[in-house]
Amino acid sequence: MWAFINKLRSPKWFYAISAKLQPFFWVAAAGLILTGTVWGLAFAPADYQQGNSFRIIYVHVPAAFLAQSIFVSMAVAGLVYMVWKIKIADMAAAMMAPLGAAMTFVSLFSGAVWGVPTWGTWWMWDARLTSMLILLFLYLGVIALRGAFTSRDSASRAASVLAMVGVINIPIIKYSVDWWYTLHQPATFTITGRAAMPMEMWAPLLIMVLGFYSFFIALTLMRTRSEILRRESNKRWVRDLAGEMR
Amino acid sequence: MTLSLTPKRKQKLYVLLGLVALAAIAVGLTLYALRANINLFFSPVQIAAGEAPFERQIRAGGMVREGTVVRNPDSLDVEFTVTDYVDDVRVHYSGILPDLFREGQGVVVVGQLHQGGHIMADQVLARHDENYMPPEVAQALEEAGYKPEDFQQKAADVAKRLEAEKAAGNRNGDGATSSSY
Repeated sequence: MWAFINKLRSPKWFYAISAKLQPFFWVAAAGLILTGTVWGLAFAPADYQQGNSFRIIYVHVPAAFLAQSIFVSMAVAGLVYMVWKIKIADMAAAMMAPLGAAMTFVSLFSGAVWGVPTWGTWWMWDARLTSMLILLFLYLGVIALRGAFTSRDSASRAASVLAMVGVINIPIIKYSVDWWYTLHQPATFTITGRAAMPMEMWAPLLIMVLGFYSFFIALTLMRTRSEILRRESNKRWVRDLAGEMR
Repeated sequence: MTLSLTPKRKQKLYVLLGLVALAAIAVGLTLYALRANINLFFSPVQIAAGEAPFERQIRAGGMVREGTVVRNPDSLDVEFTVTDYVDDVRVHYSGILPDLFREGQGVVVVGQLHQGGHIMADQVLARHDENYMPPEVAQALEEAGYKPEDFQQKAADVAKRLEAEKAAGNRNGDGATSSSY
């Protein structure tokens, strides 16, 4: 176990292993998202109250899941970087942030689009919506903080600390609908399967969630690889690699 | 170069975790202090207990009590009772209601509480619950006499039964599909 984690310290090793993993996750992402989209949009039955507008759930829920998971990943990577000085962790965290921000925006936007016909308003300052908006600002803060320092070390440390402190917002988002009265309804989709929706609606949603996660992993691997090359461009093995390709 | 927790790393880990813990406590206390304001709406019980201010913009939430919706046929005026099944509050509203508005539906009304204990609403929002199901299932449940709250426990069984009926080819017409709108 330690030996395996120890290997993670080596950007060269990560570069090699991620090359093998990457195609698998890209194929999984494409397959799952395509299947889930077609199934969810065309074949899943309409909802008894919302009609077809409920289908926004097939984008909204996976995006919201990713938005929160990516932030937690960023915080864990930040802790690993701060305590063990593993550079890969910092690179991955830096590469995750824009996708997380994008996913947060997608979930806010799709929720607003759904809110107009369902609630009668696109925005309400309830605990769930507000904490999600704070998450978007935290993402933007992490991204901006990285750009605000000339020294990469300081930038990485500042971004890591903000991610770790910001992770407090995640349980608030998750439990906001249970702790307070909100306009947003409690969770429909749970992994444990306290089914608040029948199988033929739930299955495509599960596929979409898995597809979004695969996409996140694939994209993070790909972007971390190019970040490794960028940061290690003066290292021997990268030059050798570039030489081979020439 | 190993990854074991050297004293230096351990110290760093504790400092960071301590920092996060302190921040969490600060946020937690803030949210606890503000809990009344974070709740989006007052429930009828809270209004009956006098917790909601009069003549000021407030939000009240609950279910639309069955059989209490009175519409004026000549205008958009509508009156209904919002309930949490303990206390009730009467709501007057003039305007377009959201599509999901119906009896037994969760709503949030934005408006002013008047001395008589009724609310003059400026805006009515429908609240959706976490239950999703196809119309045939909802229809079958209603015919079987289940209340919306019990829907989910039964929904899976009914979905299965409908599936079996469809397979057996003895579905009683497509009329069930859209009638619950």
